[in-house]
Amino acid sequence: MEFAFTEEQQMIRDTAAAFLAEVSDSAAIRRAMDTEAGYDPDLWQRICREMYWQAIHVPESFGGLGLGYVEVVAMQEQMGRYLLCSPFLATVCMAGNALLVAGDESQKSEWLGKVCAGEATGALAVCGRGTRWDADSVTATWQRDGDGFILNGEYRYVIDGHTADFLVVAAREVGSQGTAGISLFILQANTPGVERSWLPSMDQARKQASVALHDVSLGGSALMGEAGCAWVSLSRVLDLATVALAGEQVGGSQRLLDMTVAYTGERVQFNRTIASFQAVKHKAADMMLKAEVARSAVYYAACVAQEALEGGPLAGELAEAASVAKSYCSDAYFAIAGDALQLHGGVGFTWEYDVHLFFKRAKSSEHLLGNGALHRERLAALLLDS
Amino acid sequence: MKLSFNREDERFREEIAGWLADNLTGEFARLKYRGGPGDEHTYPEERKVWERKLAEGGWTCVGWPKEYGGRGCSIEQQVIFFEEYARAGAPGRVGHIGEGLTGPTLIAFGTEAQKQKYLPGIVAGTELWCQGYSEPSAGSDLAAVKTKARFDEASGKWRINGQKVWTSLAHESDYCFVIARTDPDSVAHKGLGFFLIKMDQPGITVRPIEQITGTSEFNEVFFDDAECDAADMVGQPGDGWKVAMGLLGFERGVSTLGQQMQFQNEFDEVVKLARSNGAAHDPVIRQRIAAAHAELKIMRYNAMRMLSGQSGSDGGLQKEALIYKLYWANWHRSLGELAMDVMGPECEILEGAPYALSRLQAMYLFVRSDTIYGGTNQIQRNIIAERGLGMPKEPRGDIR
Repeated sequence: MEFAFTEEQQMIRDTAAAFLAEVSDSAAIRRAMDTEAGYDPDLWQRICREMYWQAIHVPESFGGLGLGYVEVVAMQEQMGRYLLCSPFLATVCMAGNALLVAGDESQKSEWLGKVCAGEATGALAVCGRGTRWDADSVTATWQRDGDGFILNGEYRYVIDGHTADFLVVAAREVGSQGTAGISLFILQANTPGVERSWLPSMDQARKQASVALHDVSLGGSALMGEAGCAWVSLSRVLDLATVALAGEQVGGSQRLLDMTVAYTGERVQFNRTIASFQAVKHKAADMMLKAEVARSAVYYAACVAQEALEGGPLAGELAEAASVAKSYCSDAYFAIAGDALQLHGGVGFTWEYDVHLFFKRAKSSEHLLGNGALHRERLAALLLDS
Repeated sequence: MKLSFNREDERFREEIAGWLADNLTGEFARLKYRGGPGDEHTYPEERKVWERKLAEGGWTCVGWPKEYGGRGCSIEQQVIFFEEYARAGAPGRVGHIGEGLTGPTLIAFGTEAQKQKYLPGIVAGTELWCQGYSEPSAGSDLAAVKTKARFDEASGKWRINGQKVWTSLAHESDYCFVIARTDPDSVAHKGLGFFLIKMDQPGITVRPIEQITGTSEFNEVFFDDAECDAADMVGQPGDGWKVAMGLLGFERGVSTLGQQMQFQNEFDEVVKLARSNGAAHDPVIRQRIAAAHAELKIMRYNAMRMLSGQSGSDGGLQKEALIYKLYWANWHRSLGELAMDVMGPECEILEGAPYALSRLQAMYLFVRSDTIYGGTNQIQRNIIAERGLGMPKEPRGDIR
């Protein structure tokens, strides 16, 4: 048992932090978030060609670095800390994981190859309006059409869906219910009948899209896995993405705490720094507690996620570990963001200071892939209903 | 990062689990799940016998070096020991202060003679210890201790005068370690000494404190010219604060894993009750149970981080260790409230007169002490802000 980063992992993390401090400062974030794409394509190309983050946990046989999910989560933590605007979450942690979990050799070879070469970004479309991120939330449909399939339906909350080069979509067989009948398909985003629209969102630093499928005709090779049997894979993909998102939440929490400690240490009122007031110190202490507890939850979930991808002994714990991490981190990040805004006083309410960027991210990450209450209910069902 | 235990560790797990299954039977069976915090007044004599039984099996002081009679277990094996001990429902240890605090302190700061004199009794489970730190006017401000130690040249002994309070198990203990002022003109953390004092002597009076639970595991201890041999001072006069602070560091060791297993046992009882009385269908209760479950899991991961990591760069505690006390204390207090809310109106009804509390009722009341002893929540927040975040220190007042 060794529950700490290895030296190599620390090096990867520190290298990422140094790079991000340079390329994702406040001005860079604001430039990127003001575009419809939501990220700087040149920077993404630099990341793909110089840093290889898009290839971290992809096996070497598909052009990746062959590292583990702990490294992915460590990167997510740093990207959350610097609020990097990039298609990493959608491409690597959502569409990429779908390929790793459910793709066949030729799908992986084609699409993971393109991702690793920096030639494609992806997105994962699962559900429509008012989702609970469960099997019932998959409402788009598929039906057979000779050797192929016809897909129909509408998706929302598709991260980077309007800019992705390829989509992984979940759909259910017409007439099916619950966990039965669900399939995953992979398709070029410009396939005829696919209509994609940017959905402007409160958190401008991460873009969401709607995707509509109008009688989209796909060949048999678009199917991932066995028709109608994808719920197990899809739920694993969502859990893996959830763990990665929780990593981002930890990074954002830490950044807000650092900003708050720095600000309160400089701001002088009543001839003393406001950091010297116990009311301020105690709130900061609570923020640190939440950030550290969130970190412990995420590091454990990252190890479990890695085992889930490798088939290790803890693989069966993935759903629980993901819900433990996401429920705590969602509430922690938002609470820390609220406290950070409060302790910044009036300037925390301005557009000029960066606090609002993280405050908005905290809420968007809270609801993406299920908020705290939803994940607690998942845990409650495991504990109380079996 | 790697979470799994190796094969040798798993064999160790089988060994301790097997020993407990074979030995926590017969006369000891009724001690299961008893004697933990809040329940330390139960079966004191039987638990002393159990302590010796553990010692015979070689299961006391498993983390101590072999040269001092320990088992020399790795961190992983200590984790496993505490997990299996609690999983089996084995009773609260009467020897935990000696094993967890006195022993490590003597190993770090004691003379060879002190080690020879005191460690074997702890390992054998025959000599029990209590801790003399807090005083009526030295609670959060521990350095304000007034108890005095005066060296009597004629007898060559220290004479101790003063009062300690909140001393767990003082009435069952053979020895007490005490911080007392060796320099009567000193203030705060300067001029203190650290003494190992025999309890059975005319100069010591123990008076139990009746607590919110109606039971007494804490005591007041009065020192009235109590004696302490010169050889029983740890370090030099003036070293007391250094030794005392070193000891507090040991308090955050692997035994926290055992404490978590006790929490798990309590939590499991709450879940069982919720399932049986229908509370498990209440959506609000479901949220609270799930939150408690998640936070208890994370408590374990946080402890694993503490155990896997190195000290902070300044030699102090890492951040995950700094927050630990505040985190578990608040968690446990919430569990008490959750337990009562799961019970509903039945939570009021006692097992009998005059004041026989059920395990969960006793827990609910006792956990109010968790956020007070060992550094109150408010003190913990000061420590976190000052040491963890580098925020300004609290000014001292001038009331004497």
